[in-house]
Amino acid sequence: MCTTCGCGDGEVKIDGEHAQHEHVHADGTRHSHDHDHGHDHGTGEAHEHPHAHAHQHSYAPAHAHAPGLGARRMVQIEQDILSKNNAYAAQNRQRLAERGIFALNLVSSPGSGKTTLLVKTIEMLKGRQRVAVIEGDQQTSQDAERIRATGAPAIQINTGKGCHLDAHMVGHAMGKLELPEDSLLMIENVGNLVCPAAFDLGEAHKVVILSVTEGEDKPIKYPDMFRAAKLMLMNKCDLLPYVSFSVPRAIEFARRVNPGIEVIEVSATTGAGMDAWLEWIARGAVEFEKPRLERLGT
Amino acid sequence: MHEMSLAEGILQLIEDAARDQAFAKVTTVWLEIGQLSGVEVEAMEFCFDAVMHDSIADGARLEIIALPGTGWCMECSMNVPMTEVFGECPQCGGHQMQVTGGTEMRVKELEVA
Repeated sequence: MCTTCGCGDGEVKIDGEHAQHEHVHADGTRHSHDHDHGHDHGTGEAHEHPHAHAHQHSYAPAHAHAPGLGARRMVQIEQDILSKNNAYAAQNRQRLAERGIFALNLVSSPGSGKTTLLVKTIEMLKGRQRVAVIEGDQQTSQDAERIRATGAPAIQINTGKGCHLDAHMVGHAMGKLELPEDSLLMIENVGNLVCPAAFDLGEAHKVVILSVTEGEDKPIKYPDMFRAAKLMLMNKCDLLPYVSFSVPRAIEFARRVNPGIEVIEVSATTGAGMDAWLEWIARGAVEFEKPRLERLGT
Repeated sequence: MHEMSLAEGILQLIEDAARDQAFAKVTTVWLEIGQLSGVEVEAMEFCFDAVMHDSIADGARLEIIALPGTGWCMECSMNVPMTEVFGECPQCGGHQMQVTGGTEMRVKELEVA
């Protein structure tokens, strides 16, 4: 059990170390307890939950108390199941905003080319934009090593049995990464089109990657992910002549679940479309920085 | 969609509440689950039992209150019922829909002993 934040024992490892303790004695210097978990329920009033229930249900809790089973009582909870994760995500978001770090959460099925795309992105941004990467996989640190080979700092989270990154793991990883101010943080989620949709990590946007070697109907088969994403990158477009993938149909399906989703066609291998993607990042970063710059300016 | 993780989230909320409000046994858990939340009720029931095993909610009854899905149709400029996140508008048949309700996943209350 993590003594700082009460996270349970698990198989989560960050750069090979168990996530729960190493942040306590990290390297002496940073000793980073910099995310005090704001939802510390110590005082008994923790359930005066800030977002009151907007819709009143005419629901009476069926007081069918079986006789002879002792004194039973009702306890109001009224909390979102993901509220713990969301609280960590809010902390991450605040830390990122304070330092002007634009964070993207890259999600896709396994094998869509996320890591290759990241490597290419980092190479193209060299000298223009500092990038740090948090890599999520169930096992191995191969992806982080591929990123480090580009010279960008990267940290690997191994989720063990977990099928997605959560905001708590990412908060720990952020503490270990030296994130320069005004940099770009790319979080490569576990390859999975289902669960990562529900877990806010504190990112500015989710970017979903769909490669043309997959089915064009993935957006309607896995609607939650495409609904959560701001941008869909259609990767491996150099292979379009060899596969029966209709780009317009894929876009139509994506807009059916998310009318506002933006789409960029890319090939990380040939570099086609990468400029449009980098431009999208630059635009997003400017947008993200605005409130902070206004604050600093006043 | 990921009912095991959600069940673990439920247990965390229960354990936090147990510490704050000093109870040792949970007999019933009421969840509010929106129709568009992606939660499969049967999978949730299965995972709930598995995750609550050997906890203070071991053997607790799970009651799921279903909340309806609604969406804003951009064509009709009105809120309409939705049964799927990529569903069509029952008025105009269009797909220009933004979900406005029914994505809830909430622990409402507990019966404790």
